[in-house]
Amino acid sequence: MENIILKTEDIVKQYANHRALDKVSISVPQNSIYGLLGPNGAGKTSLIRIINQITAPDEGKIWFKGESLKSKHIGMIGYLPEERGLYKKMKVGEQAIYLSQLKGVPKAVAMKRLKYWFERFEIENWWNKKVEELSKGMQQKVQFIVTIIHEPEFLIFDEPFSGFDPINTEILKQEILRLKENGATIIFSTHNMSSVEELCDNIALIDNSKKILEGKVSDIKEQYKENRYSICIQDFNQDIHKLMEGIAKVEHCELSGNKTNLRVKLFENSSSNEFLHKILPHGHISFFNEILPSMNDIFISNVQDKDSIKVQ
Amino acid sequence: MRKILLIIKREYFTRVKKKSFIIMTILGPILMASLMIVPIFIAKMNDESSKIIVLDENGIYINKLENNPDISFEYTDIYIEDLKTSYIKMGYDGILYIPHNSMPNRAYLFSEKQLGLGVKSHIQNAMKYNIDNYFMEQLFNINRDSIKALEQNTRIMLEQRKIDQLGQEKESSTELSTILGMLGGVIIYFFIFMFGSQVMRGVIEEKTSRIIEVVVSSIKPFQLMMGKIVGIALVGLTQFILWVFLTFAIYTGFSMSMPEYFEGKTENNELVSMDNKFYPENVMMESTVQAENGEVQAIIDSIKSINFTTIILIFLFYFIGGYLFYATSFAAIGSAVDNEADTQQFVLPVTVPLIFALIMAQFVTNNPNGQIAFWLSIIPFTSPIIMMVRIPFGVPVNEIILSMSLLVVGFIFATWLAAKIYRTGILMYGKKPSYREIIKWLRYKN
Repeated sequence: MENIILKTEDIVKQYANHRALDKVSISVPQNSIYGLLGPNGAGKTSLIRIINQITAPDEGKIWFKGESLKSKHIGMIGYLPEERGLYKKMKVGEQAIYLSQLKGVPKAVAMKRLKYWFERFEIENWWNKKVEELSKGMQQKVQFIVTIIHEPEFLIFDEPFSGFDPINTEILKQEILRLKENGATIIFSTHNMSSVEELCDNIALIDNSKKILEGKVSDIKEQYKENRYSICIQDFNQDIHKLMEGIAKVEHCELSGNKTNLRVKLFENSSSNEFLHKILPHGHISFFNEILPSMNDIFISNVQDKDSIKVQ
Repeated sequence: MRKILLIIKREYFTRVKKKSFIIMTILGPILMASLMIVPIFIAKMNDESSKIIVLDENGIYINKLENNPDISFEYTDIYIEDLKTSYIKMGYDGILYIPHNSMPNRAYLFSEKQLGLGVKSHIQNAMKYNIDNYFMEQLFNINRDSIKALEQNTRIMLEQRKIDQLGQEKESSTELSTILGMLGGVIIYFFIFMFGSQVMRGVIEEKTSRIIEVVVSSIKPFQLMMGKIVGIALVGLTQFILWVFLTFAIYTGFSMSMPEYFEGKTENNELVSMDNKFYPENVMMESTVQAENGEVQAIIDSIKSINFTTIILIFLFYFIGGYLFYATSFAAIGSAVDNEADTQQFVLPVTVPLIFALIMAQFVTNNPNGQIAFWLSIIPFTSPIIMMVRIPFGVPVNEIILSMSLLVVGFIFATWLAAKIYRTGILMYGKKPSYREIIKWLRYKN
């Protein structure tokens, strides 16, 4: 069993006419990247705010490093909120020092670390500029630096990529991976499913205030696979539909030159070996692989199909 | 605690370094000092004295009209029609013509330029004095000097004396108390408004710039709110102290560099005593001066009788206490809305008690110890202003203590309530909440 750094148990958060979180339990393994997914308004931000102790849950418990979450843990958590900004009239450097000090980093240490990060992001010459002179992307970089300035072992990024161009998104991804390499645990919430595939080890899917799915990305994909395969055969000259009768449903068939590309969904009682066995005599197979569902598909099918949620 | 200090420091220094703060700090005293200095200059500049040539066909005014710094009389017997064409050449500003009459109370003032009201009233007074003198002596054989002496002796001196419950006397000047009280009340009123709305704008700024969530992940919303309120209070105190100090410095600087403008009184007194040589009534004049000096002395005495240390200490308490009491409400309003335009609806109920207090202040000065004055100076909503108005008139210690403790209790309660709204409000974006929603926020857990 992995070491769990953060665990929530049956968190309930009730607003006037709206239950933002309904018995949500998640477990975040140490030194992993944990994706918190869900459509807008599902309750992700409410959960993140509770973990950050910005608001308190109505019911439920939170464990951080085996202890009940307390205010002393705030210093070990770094949080980049979705709604983020800086004081517009303040100078960048001055502001970065102020926010670092609020996190409990002494001024001299903050200066040293900020210098390192400003150089790393090539933004040293912004130090004396006012925030209002910076573009949104530039401000995001400053915010990212301030989020990690106290070198927390636990980080929460809420929509970290919004407002970044593709180049800076890539830089940020690399930084997130580097943070993990250095031992940090990262929760991040996003709508960007491709970044989830790239970065996340585990995910939780929250919809309608409830957690509907949680686990390792690889396990979930395995769980959601639908016996779909793609195959490319050279010199195939049979009626594919007739050949597959009783074994699989042909979803896609395309001929390009002497190659036939197929996508099939196997029936539940048939195996991939059986399928290959049928195909083998009729051509030369150039590749064959199983199609795993993308996180995007899993997301959409779960969020749309409310009936299956109740089964979960 | 260290973090609250950090916030206070940021709130204080970003504001104090602002251009608008520096400009206001310099302009304020200049404005206030000029309010004191300019009238003195204007009075001096109007000083050009008018020379009037007097043609008195009755002979009772000749050489008897009183000169003053603004107006001097010379006498002639040139025929009036000739005088009308030649007085300007002779260097006069006007002709006072008193035609022959059995009752010489009708006169004409001819001039090319319009002469000031002061000239007209001075001529009237001077003539009145002389005509009365003349007839009293002619008809009743009464000597004006003896009447003056009598009047001086029978002058009614009514002194108001305040006593406390032990029967100890204190000097009292109602006018001075009124001025001091109103001044204190008005300053507190402006301070609450100016810096309370600064708190509100600060909170809105944090909300609209979306920095709030970054900040509240490192500190508690309550700490942020209190840090902001205290930081801005210090800005206000700094500005107030600088204003008082600079105003005083500018005024003193002016009066030192141009003493001739500021020693008007002694100058006048010299003139008066010089004039006295020409008049048989110099006894009367002196006694009037003495009487005036006596009144001045009374005012000085009553200024001395007021315990300024106590007043200043109490003023500072209500200055800060009133601000703190209201600032929390302003912070709560700022947290509930997304932009300043939306604040109107919520600011109104907060400002109504303040405006009401200012209106009632006038009433309280007339009846500083009545039932209404008592209650208004006890209830925290109005006490910072009304108690300040009452203080110079003397307020029993137990009432002050009651009022102060209620203000402290009120502040703690207001802070508790505002903090509940604040911590929910700052994280709500989008539509402006209704009162009903805000009341619901009070029930949310943390």
